[in-house]
Amino acid sequence: MRLRLGLLLALATVVFATSAPAAPPPVQQGKHLYGEYCVACHGANGSGITQAGNRIGAGPGRSQTQQPGVAPSLRGVGALAPDFYLRTGYMPLAHAGLQPRRSRVLFSDEQIRALIAYVASLGKGPPIPTPHPAHGNVSRGQALFTDHCAGCHQIVGEGGYVTDAVPPPLEDATATQIAEAVRIGPYVMPRFSPRQISNGDLDSIIAYVEYAKHPDDRGGWALGHLGPVPEGLVTWFIAAIVLIAVCVLIGKSLRDEAG
Amino acid sequence: MKRARPKDWLIAGAVLLLRRDRRPPRLKPGEREPVVPAGEPRPRAELLALFLLGAGTLCAVAFIAVYAIDRIPRQTQFLGLSLGLSLLFVAAALIVTAKRLVVTEEIEDEYPLDEHPDEQETVLAAVEDSASRLTRRRLFKLGLAGAGGALFAAFVTPVASLGPVLDMRRFYDTPWRRGKRLVDEHGRPYRADQIEEKTFYTAFAEGSDKEQLGSSLVVVRLPKDDLRLPPENSGFDADGIVAYSKICTHAGCAIALYRVPLFPPAEPKPALVCPCHYSTFDPSDGGSVTFGPAGRKLPMLPIYADSRGQLRARGNFDEPVGPSWWGVRMKRPT
Repeated sequence: MRLRLGLLLALATVVFATSAPAAPPPVQQGKHLYGEYCVACHGANGSGITQAGNRIGAGPGRSQTQQPGVAPSLRGVGALAPDFYLRTGYMPLAHAGLQPRRSRVLFSDEQIRALIAYVASLGKGPPIPTPHPAHGNVSRGQALFTDHCAGCHQIVGEGGYVTDAVPPPLEDATATQIAEAVRIGPYVMPRFSPRQISNGDLDSIIAYVEYAKHPDDRGGWALGHLGPVPEGLVTWFIAAIVLIAVCVLIGKSLRDEAG
Repeated sequence: MKRARPKDWLIAGAVLLLRRDRRPPRLKPGEREPVVPAGEPRPRAELLALFLLGAGTLCAVAFIAVYAIDRIPRQTQFLGLSLGLSLLFVAAALIVTAKRLVVTEEIEDEYPLDEHPDEQETVLAAVEDSASRLTRRRLFKLGLAGAGGALFAAFVTPVASLGPVLDMRRFYDTPWRRGKRLVDEHGRPYRADQIEEKTFYTAFAEGSDKEQLGSSLVVVRLPKDDLRLPPENSGFDADGIVAYSKICTHAGCAIALYRVPLFPPAEPKPALVCPCHYSTFDPSDGGSVTFGPAGRKLPMLPIYADSRGQLRARGNFDEPVGPSWWGVRMKRPT
């Protein structure tokens, strides 16, 4: 009897314990995840850490096992920034100071939504944008992309280099991610306000980037979209083969004459 | 009569050059016997060779013309075409000359070597006599010299791109004067409150030709505390807004890259970067070179915001604008 009661009690505890964490709103779950993966660099409640010496964490024991890095405050970034950084795999970063790169997304969709809800709850900020590339104009998008983006990202979005950073290729960027990156300016990218690039212009730019993922290559040969250098190299290779062929022919005819 | 004189000279010269030499190589007293037997003239082959040489010359001249005229569409392709055709024509002319015009003779013995001076003379004589088929020697020489000279000129022409020789004024000329407004590509004036941090703007001098080297600017706003302008550039900023020439001082590309950290403590400092060879300039200290092949700092334009908040030039650039050349530091921009 006593055993049965104990069992029942244990069962009740288990049911209560498992049903309780499933119930909390995503903000609560997000806060837990934040504490687990983000707080070391972004600080308590997304306050940010701007000096390496300024350690935020629990007790002394914790700060020894977890080296805090420096990272910006997340207050007021809204849902837009966490949606971008988490769905591209830019975050979490291995350690502060690295350039965030597109990588495997480590969180499940549910976890990402929870983290977004939590970060968005930290302060008033922009929501996740909903671009409409179908409304955009590819040709105008190309002109805008040439003006604002191609300097770093290359004219068909192959990516490139600036000193001390690597502008990423855009082949995997979704429409939403492009819209988000333009407004955030991740890492060393400039930020473009709606006054500089209106949402309509942004639709055109996205339409162009979508086109540039599979551009209509003249001659059907992309050559890495790297421009005149590989094209020139190919010409030289073809010319070299033709020249060798001519040499062989001349040599052969001379030998035939002699023989 | 007097007026016709230059024409007469021209005709006489042309006849002298173009006429055929009918003379059979007659032996004058004291002249040696020909080493190589004289060949029959081949006027058609000769004409063909002359024509090919002329075509080669024309193509080489066309290369220089295409190089000189920037407005030609697909200039690069035409450059390649003209130079390639010129080389082909000259090569064809030489082949025709070698196969059809030069008298060839098979000899059993080996050619004499250097150590026999007498025989060397024989070889020279043989070379001279090999041209016995030619009836228009002078014109042929002229054609060869023309083709060679034109090709040489075509190869040398690109040196002109190394820098201005005659007209350096346009390198010092800029449209910027005190009070000139900064406008965007549609001609709208920029206001100071439109210039945001962490992004960059391209500006032009109001009413100027946007293609002019000294017109275009790159404008950025930096936190006022981050500005460390050197003494000679102090007061060049309009409350944190700084303006630099958009033309890189290395090779004259447009500075199209602005590297600006989202989170300054952990990311590279702000920099203006040229996409051609990655010359990197620091906008916070007057445009000094921090990386890359540029040999001098980016020219900075002093600006201010007027009573309506519109950005205006306070004067001219502090340095000559554009790619560097040998006379770059001789004068101040005007």
